[in-house]
Amino acid sequence: MHSIAQWFPQGWRHFLFGGICIGLGVSLLFALTGFIGGISSTYSAAWSWLTTYPYFHREALVSKRGWLMMYALGLIAGAIVFTFTLGHGHAFITRVPLWQLFAGGILAGFGARMSGGCTSGHGICGVASHQLPSILAVIIFLTTAILTAHLVRALGGF
Amino acid sequence: MPAASNTPASNSRAVLLSALAAGTLFGFGLALSTMVQPEVILQFLLLNNMGLLLVLGGAAGTTAIAYALLPRLMQRPVFAPDFKKHASVLNAPTLIGAAIFGIGWGLSGVCPGPAIAGLGVGNWPLFLSVAGLLLGAWLHGRFVAKA
Repeated sequence: MHSIAQWFPQGWRHFLFGGICIGLGVSLLFALTGFIGGISSTYSAAWSWLTTYPYFHREALVSKRGWLMMYALGLIAGAIVFTFTLGHGHAFITRVPLWQLFAGGILAGFGARMSGGCTSGHGICGVASHQLPSILAVIIFLTTAILTAHLVRALGGF
Repeated sequence: MPAASNTPASNSRAVLLSALAAGTLFGFGLALSTMVQPEVILQFLLLNNMGLLLVLGGAAGTTAIAYALLPRLMQRPVFAPDFKKHASVLNAPTLIGAAIFGIGWGLSGVCPGPAIAGLGVGNWPLFLSVAGLLLGAWLHGRFVAKA
């Protein structure tokens, strides 16, 4: 029989507690403002300041761009707080090749906006409110992500 | 001249500070759970480390409790008139978009939240992911979405 520990070679507590902390953030947003705390629309809302193209000025984006930017600022602030408390001041710098970070970002940004959600919008908020389309989206993006990661590794990528 | 807005409630100082506080908890959780390290995401996607399932489960489980209970316990959110609902639609863009999102996520190990939060742990190469995510969102809004 396999030990459960082999599935968690780096331990499990920080994953679970970190996840609960993320959930508490989304819950706090809901309790105070009633908003649903997905992240990906932040990237479209940001363009409302930078272009005049009509899509980026629709009410649905402009009305929430203010709090979305503060939410995004909070993401950075929270990670800084972690770094200087539990993180003991250590930075983490990824070794994933820059082209993968950039090209993956383009695809992820395009796909998340087309889909209307990402790991947070569909994966956390959609699943938490039992939305069937979100649950299907999660199953699909987990599948394509697992296939892609294996393919990239097989082809000699990171 | 102040920015015109039909929804002043969504931009009140209290709402903006609430979003900052909520985002801070979210970002702390992303850093604690090592989701700001693309290597950890890729190890999950290569099926070597199931930690991400605990993160997603812990986050979705906690949020599910809040989404179910808060509207019953409170008449309205503290600083806003009503609780919103997550409205995802069952159509082709939702599913095709998810497939494309997964390809990008599997290539980079970076998704929209950790790309931003990662900057807070000094993971500067993620600036390129943020730039890519912005470009992807622009391509979608400019060429695919209905204006």
